[in-house]
Amino acid sequence: MARSTGDDAQALFHSLRSAYAATPKNLKIIDLYVAFAVFTALIQVVYMALVGSFPFNSFLSGFLSCIGTAVLAVCLRIQVNKENKEFKDLPPERAFADFVLCNLVLHLVIMNFLG
Amino acid sequence: MAASEASTATSFRHAFGGVLSFFILILIGVLAFSIRLFSVIKYESVIHEFDPYFNYRVTQFLTKNGIYDFWNWFDDRTWYPLGRVIGGTVYPGLTLTAGTLWWILNSLNIPLSVETVCVFTAPIFSAFASWATYLLTKEVKGAGAGLTAAVLLAMVPSYISRSVAGSYDNEAVAIFALIFTFFLYIKTLNTGSLFYATLNALSYFYMVCSWGGYTFIINLIPMHALLCIVTGRYSSRLYIAYAPLVVLGTLLAALVPVVGFNAVMTSEHFASFLVFIIIHVVALVYYIKGILSPKMFKVAVTLVLSAGLIVCFAVVAILVALVASSPTKGWSGRSLSLLDPTYASKYIPIIASVSEHQPPTWPSYFMDINVLAFLVPAGIIACFLPLSDASSFVVLYIVTSVYFSGVMVRLMLVLAPAACIMSGIALSEAFDTLTRSIKFQLPGNSGGNSEANAGDASSASAGALNDVIKADKAEETAKERPSRKSKKKEREPVEKPQRNPRNERKLLVLPFEASIVGIILLVMLGAFYVVHCVWAAAEAYSAPSIVLTSHSHDGLHVFDDFREAYAWLSHNTEVDDKVASWWDYGYQTTAMANRTVIVDNNTWNNTHIATVGTAMSSPEKAAWEIFNSLDVKYVLVVFGGLVGYPSDDINKFLWMVRIGGGVFPHIKEPDYLRDGQYRIDSQATSTMLNCLMYKLSYYRFVETDGKAFDRVRRTEIGKKNFKLTHFEEVFTTHHWMVRIYKLKPPKNRLRGKAKKSKSKTSSASSSKRSGKRTRNPWQ
Repeated sequence: MARSTGDDAQALFHSLRSAYAATPKNLKIIDLYVAFAVFTALIQVVYMALVGSFPFNSFLSGFLSCIGTAVLAVCLRIQVNKENKEFKDLPPERAFADFVLCNLVLHLVIMNFLG
Repeated sequence: MAASEASTATSFRHAFGGVLSFFILILIGVLAFSIRLFSVIKYESVIHEFDPYFNYRVTQFLTKNGIYDFWNWFDDRTWYPLGRVIGGTVYPGLTLTAGTLWWILNSLNIPLSVETVCVFTAPIFSAFASWATYLLTKEVKGAGAGLTAAVLLAMVPSYISRSVAGSYDNEAVAIFALIFTFFLYIKTLNTGSLFYATLNALSYFYMVCSWGGYTFIINLIPMHALLCIVTGRYSSRLYIAYAPLVVLGTLLAALVPVVGFNAVMTSEHFASFLVFIIIHVVALVYYIKGILSPKMFKVAVTLVLSAGLIVCFAVVAILVALVASSPTKGWSGRSLSLLDPTYASKYIPIIASVSEHQPPTWPSYFMDINVLAFLVPAGIIACFLPLSDASSFVVLYIVTSVYFSGVMVRLMLVLAPAACIMSGIALSEAFDTLTRSIKFQLPGNSGGNSEANAGDASSASAGALNDVIKADKAEETAKERPSRKSKKKEREPVEKPQRNPRNERKLLVLPFEASIVGIILLVMLGAFYVVHCVWAAAEAYSAPSIVLTSHSHDGLHVFDDFREAYAWLSHNTEVDDKVASWWDYGYQTTAMANRTVIVDNNTWNNTHIATVGTAMSSPEKAAWEIFNSLDVKYVLVVFGGLVGYPSDDINKFLWMVRIGGGVFPHIKEPDYLRDGQYRIDSQATSTMLNCLMYKLSYYRFVETDGKAFDRVRRTEIGKKNFKLTHFEEVFTTHHWMVRIYKLKPPKNRLRGKAKKSKSKTSSASSSKRSGKRTRNPWQ
C-alpha cells in the first residue's frame, strides 16, 4: 500500500513536471515573480514572529504589498494565458496596462500606510 | 440590399434608443432631486434631526480650517471633560464630499454657503444613486430593466426618508457608494477586466469612508464568491473580481482612521479572508486539473486529501481557538446585535434605546417599499431564468437585506435598492412579454406567426406575472400549463384548434386583449406607486424635527422652541459655560448654541452617559453635587406637557434610570415604578416625585392652567407646588418645550458650628448605615 502510494506520488510528480515544462516562457516568468513575492511575504511573517509586531501598520503594509503583487501577477497570468478561452480577444498589452495601473494604486496605498 | 437596409434600420433604432435612454436618465435624476425638496418648500432650507447637526459642524470646521486641521482635530467642546478625537472617530466620507463640493463651487465663484451645500448634498447623491442603479441592473438584465429600476429607486420612500433635503447624514452618500461598488463588482465579474477591479476597490474605499455599513459589502461579496464556487460557477473572472478586491480593499479600509487595524482584527472581516484562502485553493485545483490527465488527477486528489486534511484541521483548530478566546468572539457590539436581535436589549441598553434600532412592524414594509413588496418575488423568479453570476448576486443581496431589515428599522434603507432592482427586473420582463405579444399579433405581423405561438400561454411566465396581473387571473389560469416543454396540450375552447408538439424553446406570447389589459394594469400599478411615494415624501418624511407645526382651527402654529432655546444659550451665556442635557440634544447644542456639552449623540462612553442619567434621576442636592463636579453651569430639559409633544425627556426618563442604574447600582428602577409603570401623577412614588427630572420639567407648571394637566401623559401631575433649592430657572421657551436652569452657587457661609458638628455626626452614622446599602459614590 505504501509502496503503491510512493509510486503514485512519483508518477504524479513526473507528470506535473512534464506538464509544467510545456507552459510558455512568459508564463513561467510570471510564475517565478509570484513565487518570489510569496517568499518575501513569508520572510516578513517570520521576521515579525521573531521581533514582534510593532509598528503593526508597517508589517501589514509590507505583507499585504507582497500578497497584493502576487495576486495581481496571477490575474495578469490568467489574462495573458493563450489557453484561456474567455480572454482570447483581450490584447496582452491591455492586460499589462491594467496590471500596471492596479499595481500603481496598490503601491500608492502602501506608501501612505507604511508610516 | 434588403439586408443593409435592415441593418441601417436596426442601427438607427439602436441610436434612437440610446438617445431616449439618455434623456430618460436625465429626467430620472431630476425626479430624484425634486421629490426630496418638499421639506425645503414646506418649512425652510434647514438641517434636520440630530446627527446631521454634528456633520454640519464638522463640515464647517473643515471648510474654515482646512483638511490637516480637520484630520487632527481634537474636540474639547463635547464630552466634557474627556473630549473627543474627531479625526479618529468620524467617518469622513460625507464631510469630505460636501467640503469638496463647497470648495469647487466657491472656486468657480458660485458663493453658496456651507449650510446650503450640506442641505442639498443628499438629493444630489440620490440622483447619482439612481444612475448607479441603472448601471447595476443593466449589467444584470439589460437596459430596460435598468431604467425601470432607476425610476423605482428615485422614488422609493425608504430611501427618501434618509435623504431628504436637509437630512445631512452618512446614508446620503453611502447608499450611492454601496450601489456603485456593487455595479463595479458585477461589471468586473462579467468582463474579467482588472481595470474595473481597481475601480471596484477605490469605490469600496469611498464606501468605507462614508458609513459603518461597509461591513455589509465585505461580507456579501465573499458570500457570493463562495456561492459561485459551491454551485460550480467558478471561473477565472471570479478570481479577478474577488482576489484584488480583498487585498486592496483591506489596505484601503485600514487607511481610514475609524477602521484602522479593525480591518484585519475583527470578525466582521474574517469572512473575506476565509473565502480568499478558499478561492486560492479552488483556483489551484482547477489549474492542476487543467494540466494533468484525468487519471493522474485522481491520483493527486487521493494523495492530497489524505495528507492535506490533517494540516487543514490543525490550522482551523488554531484559528477557532484564537477567535473563541475573545468574549465576543471578535465581533463588535453593533454587529452582534444584528446577528442576534435580542443581544442589545440584554447587554447594551444604549443600543437598545435608539428608536431606529427597533425591529420594524409589518405595515412599515408596505409604507416604505409599497408595491415593490409584491414585485420582488416575481423578480427573484425572473433572475432564475436564466441564472447568471450577476443575477445570483442580486438574489443573495435581496435575501440578506430582507433578513437584516427585519432586525432593525434603520436597515430598511439597505433593502430599498435590492427591492428596486428586483422589481425593475420583474416589471421589465412583464412589459417585454406583453409588448412582444402585441407586436406579434398586430394585423401586419400575424401572418406567419399565428400558428407558432398564438394560444400558448406558458405557465412559467404567467405564473410570474400572476402577482401583478390580478384581474387577468381568470382568463389566464384557464390557459396555464404545468410545464413549458410538455408535449401534451389540453383542449382549450378559446384557442385555435392547432396542436404543435414543441421541441424547441418558443417565445412566450399571450392573447392580444390580455396583453393590452395587462399593460394598462401595470401602468396603473405604477401610478399607485408614484402617488404613494409622493404622498410619503410630502407628508411623512419631510419633517425637520427641529421645527414642528400643527394645524388647528385658527391656522398653522409653528413651534420653533428648540432654536429659540439654543439662540438664547448662545447670546446669554459665556463662551466656556458647560451645558448638561440628555445625550439626544448634544449635537444640536454644540452646533447651534456653540456651548460645551457633557454627553452627545455619539454615545461612545457609557459611564459618562450613566453619570448624567444618575444626576437626572437623583434628588436635587445629589444632582447638584454631580453636576458641580463636572463644572456644569446650565441644565437643559425638554418638556412636552404643555403642547403635547411626545418625545420629551419625561418619556425618555426610563432610559435615564436604566442606563444610570446599569453603572451606579444605588439607582434602582423599581424605586420609580408604581405597579410596573412610570407615573408622574398622584400615584407616583416619592423617589419619582423628588428626582431632578420631575422637578425641572414641572417647576411652575401649575401656573399655566391652574391644574397642571400634562397633555402627553394625560393626567394632572402629582406634586404641583414646590420650590427649587439648588437650581434656578433662567429661561423657558414660548411653548415651554425647552427649559434651561442654572446651578445655584454654593452658599458662602454655613450656619455656624452647629451645622458643622451636625454634618460630622450625620456622616459618622451614615457610614455605619452604608455598610448595608450600596454606597452612593457622589456623597
